[in-house]
Amino acid sequence: MPEVDLGATPLRELNASLHRLSPDTNERHWIIDHPAGRHAIAAGLNAPITVEINGPVGYYCAGMNKLATVLIHGNAGVGVAENMMSGFVHVAGDASQSAGATGRGGVLRIDGNASSRCGISMKGIDIVVQGSVGHMSAFMAQAGSLIVFGDAGDSLGDSIYEARLFVRGRVKSLGADCIEKPMREEHKRALHETLGRAGFNGEIDPSEFKRYGSARKLYNFHVDNAGAY
Amino acid sequence: MDWTPRTTPRASATFDEYSMSEIRRAAATGIYDIRGAGAKRRLPHFDDLLFLGASISRYPLEGYREKCGTDIWLGTRFAQQPIHIKIPITIAGMSFGSLSAQAKEALGRGATQVGTSTTTGDGGMTEEERGHSNILVYQVLPSRYGMNPDDLRRADAIEVVVGQGAKPGGGGMLLGQKISDRVAEMRTLPKGIDQRSACRHPDWTGPDDLEIKIEELREITDWQKPIYIKVGASRPYYDTALAIKAGADVIVLDGMQGGTAATQDVFIEHVGLPILGAIRPAVQALQDLGMHRQVQLIVSGGIRNGADVAKALALGADAVSIGTAALVALGDNDPALEEEYRKLGSHAGCYDDWHEGRDPAGITTQDPVLAARLDPALAGRRLANYLSVLTLETQTIARACGKSHVRNLEPEDLVALTVEAAAMARVPLAGTNWIPGTT
Repeated sequence: MPEVDLGATPLRELNASLHRLSPDTNERHWIIDHPAGRHAIAAGLNAPITVEINGPVGYYCAGMNKLATVLIHGNAGVGVAENMMSGFVHVAGDASQSAGATGRGGVLRIDGNASSRCGISMKGIDIVVQGSVGHMSAFMAQAGSLIVFGDAGDSLGDSIYEARLFVRGRVKSLGADCIEKPMREEHKRALHETLGRAGFNGEIDPSEFKRYGSARKLYNFHVDNAGAY
Repeated sequence: MDWTPRTTPRASATFDEYSMSEIRRAAATGIYDIRGAGAKRRLPHFDDLLFLGASISRYPLEGYREKCGTDIWLGTRFAQQPIHIKIPITIAGMSFGSLSAQAKEALGRGATQVGTSTTTGDGGMTEEERGHSNILVYQVLPSRYGMNPDDLRRADAIEVVVGQGAKPGGGGMLLGQKISDRVAEMRTLPKGIDQRSACRHPDWTGPDDLEIKIEELREITDWQKPIYIKVGASRPYYDTALAIKAGADVIVLDGMQGGTAATQDVFIEHVGLPILGAIRPAVQALQDLGMHRQVQLIVSGGIRNGADVAKALALGADAVSIGTAALVALGDNDPALEEEYRKLGSHAGCYDDWHEGRDPAGITTQDPVLAARLDPALAGRRLANYLSVLTLETQTIARACGKSHVRNLEPEDLVALTVEAAAMARVPLAGTNWIPGTT
């Protein structure tokens, strides 16, 4: 099990080592110590490995992740798991703005809170936040799901497309074209399945969540809707 | 008969025919005009500059004998694999979605034949353009449609798009009629809906964040790829300085004549700077920071001929980029299609409803029947011919100015025909030593 001390090893050297790993590598579990909020740690991974980071990370940790599991034992800065393609990223602490932004696949789990614009322009990623999310979360969200155990700030799901939003707590306000929708059995099953992939094995009751999504009234521009923007 | 002289009917210069037709159109429809292309109004431009050529005090090169280099290196600041293009002209970013797959392929073919680069656009990278583009620049746009790390790694350079000349500060809209199954799949959106392109990036705000974003892109690509930053011309001195600070290898500066697929006419015509007024402030920023020629400057917006290329280089750019002119070379607005343009309420040379997807030339459309009209091989050949002519013309002027490489052209080679152009280009008014605002 390789262990890398980022207090002594340059970030470039770490990321280059991680990028060189082939899909059938034997070095499948990496430990990174003393990240000290450095940016772009474990960005661009492309192999089915596990990377554990012991401490806080800066911007874009696990950015564009593909296949890998990245476990962050600390808080995460802006854009954690941005544009993730697949794999699993788990933040044990809080996450800053734009967590999971534009993510296209995989699961991002945040045990604490996520700041504003969580899931902005998400394109297929599933994001599970045990705490609350800030304003403009799921802005222009296209696909995937954002699941929030706590509350959501202003303008949730503004200009949303086909992403699915589930919030257990209070929603301060909904953004343009985002509405509450009925929580039918198929939605509860889907939510249960997604929570399972995030590591929640039946301890969360999907029926406690409300579902939000697009009213699809702004999908084609019409001058009569100009006031909605 | 009454011979009393009568007042000749007089049209208003302010309320001219076009303005009044727009008032009537707005009153009838209640919505602004959306169109493609760049600013159409008359603007100070490269036509307002002249080269002086050689004389007793300057020694020319023999036109058909002596070598005049045209190759340019891009991305020499940080990238481990900088780009080497054979001519100082690149193809600007235009999306699959706004353009047909055939058009994207033709752009790649044409650029590759003459040894230069082409650029993706909003919507991601298609196999056609990757396969036919020897040097391909991959755009990272606010929407991140189709963005994926595999394409990032197989690109030859990365261009972070902050803005474009036709609409600095604006996003975009690809109307539903151009959203085919393939476009919808690439952008992860339902077919047939209007696809908005955001005006701000989702995961960074401001130059300090941009620096970190660039660091991430470099880390993901192991510091191999040159990273460009593209900005619309609005505050070129500060934008250039901030792009340098953020770590750009190359800065792309797009003037308001630069085209767009679909934007409000009022935005295109009234926001931003003509490229003539943007180059010198950008070069000044590069020089002030000791980065001129270390960070390369590509300028675009209204480049039509080799004289335009030469003038842009003389003002301090390292290369130019073309979009609209490349589409014309492929066959856009061809008079041979006049009858079909008339059916669309336009004329050859005026057609700019690129967003509607009904382009009879098969370029700005996703209609498979219309798109099939464009032969990528033939259109690519036309583009290659055009790029060759631009290069030959640029060399002709450079030799006449005594330059053994086109990058050696300099402001001293130029004069301006108007006070405005002299002030913007910071070259003397013809026949004087006067540079307004400087001397």
